[in-house]
Amino acid sequence: MDDALIEKLGILADAAKYDASCASSGAKPRRGGKEGLGSTTGAGICHAYTPDGRCVSLLKILLTNHCLFDCVYCINRRSSNVRRARFTVEEVVTLTLGFYKRNCIEGLFLSSGIIRSPDHTMEQMMLVARTLRRDHGFAGYIHLKTIPEASPWLIEQAGLWADRLSINLELPTDHSLKAFAPEKNGGTIKAVMGQVNERIVEAKEERRRFSPAGQSTQLIVGADDATDRSVLETSGTLYQRYGLRRVYYSAFSPIPEASSVLPVKPPPLQRENRLYQADWLLRYYGFTVEEIASGGEDGMLDLGIDPKLAWALKNRERFPVDVNSADREMLLRVPGLGARAVDKILSARRHTRLRLEDLGRLSTGLRRARPFLIAADYHPAGGLTDRLDLRQRLVTPSSQLSLF
Amino acid sequence: MRTITLREGADLDGFRRAVRRLAAARTAPEGVLWSVGAPSLFGDDAPASEDGAPVFLPQAVGQLIETVVCHSDPERYALLYRLVWRVLNGERALLDQHADPLVHRLERLDKAVRRDIHKMHAFLRFRALSDPDGGERYVAWFEPDHHIVEAVAPFFVERFESMVWTILTPKGSLHWDRRSLMTGPPAERPDSLADDRFAEGWLRYYESTFNPARVNPTAMRAEMPRKYWANMPETAAIPALVRSAPARVQAMLEAEAAIPRRRMPEKAVAAMARQAPESLAELNRVIQRSEPLVPGATQAVLGEGPEGAAIAIVGEQPGDQEDRDGRPFVGPAGQLLTAALEEAGIDRGGVYLTNAVKHFKFVQRGKRRIHQSPTAGEVKHYRWWLMTELGFVRPRLVVALGATAALALTGRTVAVLRERGPMAFDGWNGFVTVHPSYLLRLPGEEERRRAQAEFVADLRRAAALV
Ligand code: SF4
Repeated sequence: MDDALIEKLGILADAAKYDASCASSGAKPRRGGKEGLGSTTGAGICHAYTPDGRCVSLLKILLTNHCLFDCVYCINRRSSNVRRARFTVEEVVTLTLGFYKRNCIEGLFLSSGIIRSPDHTMEQMMLVARTLRRDHGFAGYIHLKTIPEASPWLIEQAGLWADRLSINLELPTDHSLKAFAPEKNGGTIKAVMGQVNERIVEAKEERRRFSPAGQSTQLIVGADDATDRSVLETSGTLYQRYGLRRVYYSAFSPIPEASSVLPVKPPPLQRENRLYQADWLLRYYGFTVEEIASGGEDGMLDLGIDPKLAWALKNRERFPVDVNSADREMLLRVPGLGARAVDKILSARRHTRLRLEDLGRLSTGLRRARPFLIAADYHPAGGLTDRLDLRQRLVTPSSQLSLF
Repeated sequence: MRTITLREGADLDGFRRAVRRLAAARTAPEGVLWSVGAPSLFGDDAPASEDGAPVFLPQAVGQLIETVVCHSDPERYALLYRLVWRVLNGERALLDQHADPLVHRLERLDKAVRRDIHKMHAFLRFRALSDPDGGERYVAWFEPDHHIVEAVAPFFVERFESMVWTILTPKGSLHWDRRSLMTGPPAERPDSLADDRFAEGWLRYYESTFNPARVNPTAMRAEMPRKYWANMPETAAIPALVRSAPARVQAMLEAEAAIPRRRMPEKAVAAMARQAPESLAELNRVIQRSEPLVPGATQAVLGEGPEGAAIAIVGEQPGDQEDRDGRPFVGPAGQLLTAALEEAGIDRGGVYLTNAVKHFKFVQRGKRRIHQSPTAGEVKHYRWWLMTELGFVRPRLVVALGATAALALTGRTVAVLRERGPMAFDGWNGFVTVHPSYLLRLPGEEERRRAQAEFVADLRRAAALV
């Protein structure tokens, strides 16, 4: 690895860091054995954390940051003045293997600006994955970000080698996509998602390998004027219609070489956080977009409290819930009780009637859950949930993170 | 009071033997003193032959014991024995009672060990050393909190089976030589583990992947506590990254929006429009570069014949012979087709011959490669190529040989024997007949002759349509 390669790595990692996806989970267990290299365990491992608190699991780089397109939110758009660089297929392979052998990564996340043509670019990315798998017996994780404008046959080729494919939608509405990414086409992106989904389902039925860890996408929030409600509606559709495994939310963050069309000030990072919490409620807690949105105002989530608490405060008549008799669905709606705590409650209460002290050992969120529940030795007198200052009492004075 | 002394570290075997003996003697937990670290295994110096019979425990209890013995808490064996005692004395489902103080405490120990194992999987870094004989060896130093060295070994063996490596820790060491695993005594921190250029590259990667606009060192430290930093080359960059973040963000916010360089939208749009293959030759290059979507296949078998041919004949997929030669219709079925074409008065050289699926799909049985029919899904994958191909050839009539070809051209299942004859294909004038390999499979001489004559008649009818 010489100076020039290190230099390129710097440029092409910098350009890739705005992609929120980093997960390496969901792959089928696999191992490289005596001749190959690596394994996937299904869960994925975070090998380090950067000072922004995000994990490093995959080598996340671009093949190149040259781009023919001009999407305003993107630092690699052709009208930006950033330094450009370009890896060869072999270079990406060398870096992936070298870092993997040192136990720095779980695998590769490869994305790219569009050079020459979408097909040419997609083919280069596919070649990276193919070389790793076929020539080096690499059994680590591979995530390719497909170029939506590439031909369907190329995307199918990519799915033969990758664990996961993603196609970033970036903007939640067709209207902002048109304004911010003039050469991209929302219809094309969704058509590719549909195609990929169809292939994944078919391959499962035929027991073939095709993007076995599913597909994901990313939405940028705060670059346009879309509300949280419309962001969540888009996600809801993506989960239902295209079977997406994950939707990532990335708060628009200031970039060097910003275009004048973009807002100057970034949205609060808390907004991204709340969207992830809402997404979680959508996927695992049986909430609807409508219910989640009703916890906030004007289609925006409450930044001060999490969406589950926000919903509970607006639906106080449904509380308190008796932990010794309520069904799972309702227990999941108690603020402060996560799915794991709920399952522990369900199994523990078969043996004993749970008291407050017991709950303290089953859940770490008891302080927040208390006003909303009834235990064997505890009935919130006169209904704590009626107190007007409940919200205030539950919110720890928000320690706004300062830069220093 | 009995004193039981177990070996330093995670002494699962010693604990198991002790439990058997104590259970056999019905010794209550209050009557046992557990200690760790004397040279002899059992302080109460009973010979090993006096071990009690195996004790039957629920699987979950066994798993919990396996993890918790790795904990460095000196009380671990006493706690575990109290658990075993209660489970054996009527509380079989004790582990379900997460609110029980003993269970709760053991769950916390279990969690701590699991976390330690997970962090070792994650934060251990190998350094590459080159051996005098030119081979590569990887060495790592790590300081776990608990006695987990043997528990992590399977993970590293599985992941790095093809490498030679050594893991050194103050609690023991592991050495893998690509064949077998050796465990060794506790090690001292090696004073020189030189970093190579990959470590330098990794440091650069780590710096570049950090976004200063999102700085949040608290979240970082929650997941990656300081005690691990010493082993990780990348953490050297952290202080400077955190220090410079505010200034970097300020600079970005203050910078004027960039003045765009000259924009060339035409180029992007043209590149998109141009990317589909523009000629048959270009399409064929695409097919050749592509990976087979069916298992088997040594090479893609492309179509053959003149562009602009009046008739295109589409078969199922290449067979054994075709796969070796790289040409369509050269095997037994192909020879039969050639003969039938001749009999029908059609010049094979003037026809375009191709297959719905471009790769040979087979299973190996000894020396023989047995043909497998493509699934509907596979046919669909290849359809895009077939349709593009026909688009370049522009025949006046497309003849489908057999059900697979008919499926590719119509998108539905066609009952060939019943529906043989003219049929509209997706945008083409079409004709359906049997595949010559069907004729080869017919058992009776008489039957085959009749079917063959019908096939030739079909070809004549088709030729009359153009
Ligand atoms: S196509 Fe991708 S890389 Fe190119 S400008 Fe748009 S978002 Fe950026």
